[in-house]
Amino acid sequence: MKNHLQDLSDPKKFHNSVSIDHLSTERLKAMLKSMIIIRKTEQQLALARKDGLIGGPVHLGAGQEAIAVGISESLQSSDRVFGAHRSHSHLLALNPDFYKLFAEVLGKVTGFSKGMGGSMHLYDQPNGFYGSVPIVAGTVSLAVGAAMAARMQGTNDIGVAYIGDGAVEEGVVHESFNLAKVHNAPILFVIENNLFASHMHISLRQPSDMISRFAIANEIPHKLVDGNDVVATFDAAKDQITEMREGSGPRFIELVTYRHYGHVDWRDDVDVGVDRSLDDIENWKARDPILRLSRPMIEKGLWTVEEELSFIKDLDKGISEAWDMAMNDPYPEIDATLNYVYAPSS
Amino acid sequence: MKKHNYGTAILSGFEYLLENYPEVFVIGQGLWSPWYVGNSMTDLDKKFGVERIIDTPVSESACTGAAVGASLAGMKPIVVHPRMDFMIYAMDSVVNQAAKWSHMLGGQSHPGVTIRSIINRGGEQGAQHSQALHAWFAHVPGLRVVMPTTVADARDLLIASVLCPDPVMYIDDRWLYEQEDDLPPVIELNLSDQRPRVTQSGSDITIVGSGHASLLSRNAAIILKNDKISAEVIDVRVLNPFHVDEIISSVKKTKNILVVDSGTLTAGFSAEIIAKVVERLPVDCLNNRPMRIALPDAPAPTSRVLEKDYYLYAEDVINAAKKVLQR
Repeated sequence: MKNHLQDLSDPKKFHNSVSIDHLSTERLKAMLKSMIIIRKTEQQLALARKDGLIGGPVHLGAGQEAIAVGISESLQSSDRVFGAHRSHSHLLALNPDFYKLFAEVLGKVTGFSKGMGGSMHLYDQPNGFYGSVPIVAGTVSLAVGAAMAARMQGTNDIGVAYIGDGAVEEGVVHESFNLAKVHNAPILFVIENNLFASHMHISLRQPSDMISRFAIANEIPHKLVDGNDVVATFDAAKDQITEMREGSGPRFIELVTYRHYGHVDWRDDVDVGVDRSLDDIENWKARDPILRLSRPMIEKGLWTVEEELSFIKDLDKGISEAWDMAMNDPYPEIDATLNYVYAPSS
Repeated sequence: MKKHNYGTAILSGFEYLLENYPEVFVIGQGLWSPWYVGNSMTDLDKKFGVERIIDTPVSESACTGAAVGASLAGMKPIVVHPRMDFMIYAMDSVVNQAAKWSHMLGGQSHPGVTIRSIINRGGEQGAQHSQALHAWFAHVPGLRVVMPTTVADARDLLIASVLCPDPVMYIDDRWLYEQEDDLPPVIELNLSDQRPRVTQSGSDITIVGSGHASLLSRNAAIILKNDKISAEVIDVRVLNPFHVDEIISSVKKTKNILVVDSGTLTAGFSAEIIAKVVERLPVDCLNNRPMRIALPDAPAPTSRVLEKDYYLYAEDVINAAKKVLQR
């Protein structure tokens, strides 16, 4: 495999603080808090899954929070965002309602998908989240169509497709790149390149570790960004999204990152994979998107250790209460299985 | 002289939808040069513009998915697959996404997409240009499956499919295009109210089919009259969700059933019809064993001699009906 990512794929690099001087304190705090909420929510899910309280699989993206947070900062609620199996962050970055996520993961009627979806089928269209599904490339073409519709409807809304480095190995993704380009669809292809598809390292799956080569092949303007730098992610996506709202057609952003947990549930997956060691995980944890933002904010007096501790303390309490509430919520009625197959009026 | 044939009836359905519903658009291969689809889409691009009649790259999967996604954003798209065989590339968008979207997300979002796929066989086109896969799609909960047989249904079920909030697989058959009939003014039908329909009344045997098989059955029934056999023909029209009451009422009257299907036999829709009817009939209701005829369990052959032997004709329906009745 060609290591086109070079330092971006080296976990010993990019441990530095991110550059924050050009952003408002308000925006920095919002992004920091959003990342912490997502991290803590997923840690709660990991523990609960380990304790056997969650019946189905949870694909956790802890470590990858900067991507969804950096992108979503430039989105509006009428945009059309689609995810896949690892989409808790994509949803929470648009709507930090972890109670509804807990309820959904527990299969409760109060959840985002009324308890019909669980972790892998999430819905919050009023906030722009059209849906996520576990067929990893399953929604990419849907996002292109929703973006094409945005143009037909005369809006400046955009589509967003979150795509993993594994999903680009499914053919429909390439059809979608091509279709979006020839029809000038306002869609942002967000490639979360965490170097792994389930247990398999990208070096065993592709001839290059740089997914952006497919943007070049389809004449789609692209950016390659440190995905654990929320400010760089925000900056890059903001420019692309501004262009798209003005009619530029599709854009492509590749963000290099790493997940703290294994493919599914709470384990490290160092024993089932290739090229994934505890040493690697520790190094990647040092390239932590939260720490790399919080540290310079504290150094520059925009944020304090006390504020952070207090925020986390309140958040922990909120998460604990939300979890208990979700645990006590009702399941869907038995007839839901048949009632949701078709639209009610039809 | 009749004003319409099956193909122009489909065309008039498209025109009605595009004229009356700005959220309708059409996407698929060959739409700016629609010679693949007979006379069913002629000049739509010129009349309604290339922004609404969208010709595409050779990407069955992405184009179908794009239509599903556009429907989630409030549009009423129609995807056109001039040959059903190519649509197999789009199975994920149809089966995993469109059909399950409402259910897996708690009934909060409905992909009101129509997928028009065409059975286009004969003419020595062979195994990959000839399939009738309606039974596959009828097996998928959440996907409505429509097979119009008559000229009026070709138009009206297209309109009903597009106006339905659920995903619909609308399957037409090139072997139906030559039928001629008058078209009454459009009445917008609610697809969920559409049921199997008796297209010819009779008292000796019930013959059930959909699409081209239904036309064959009707033609056979006319000839059977000469042999003093009164056949009642039922056109299924909507395969999923499948309503069976009309068929059961008919069989209770005729006490005989023959099912004709334009797909292959094993695990075909003919099996579903017989099973649903027989399991609901009183024991001893039937005078004779139920029977079904369908294509052999083999891919469509190419050579004209084999092809001629492979497909069903009215004569096969006539012989089968006589066999059921032991005449």
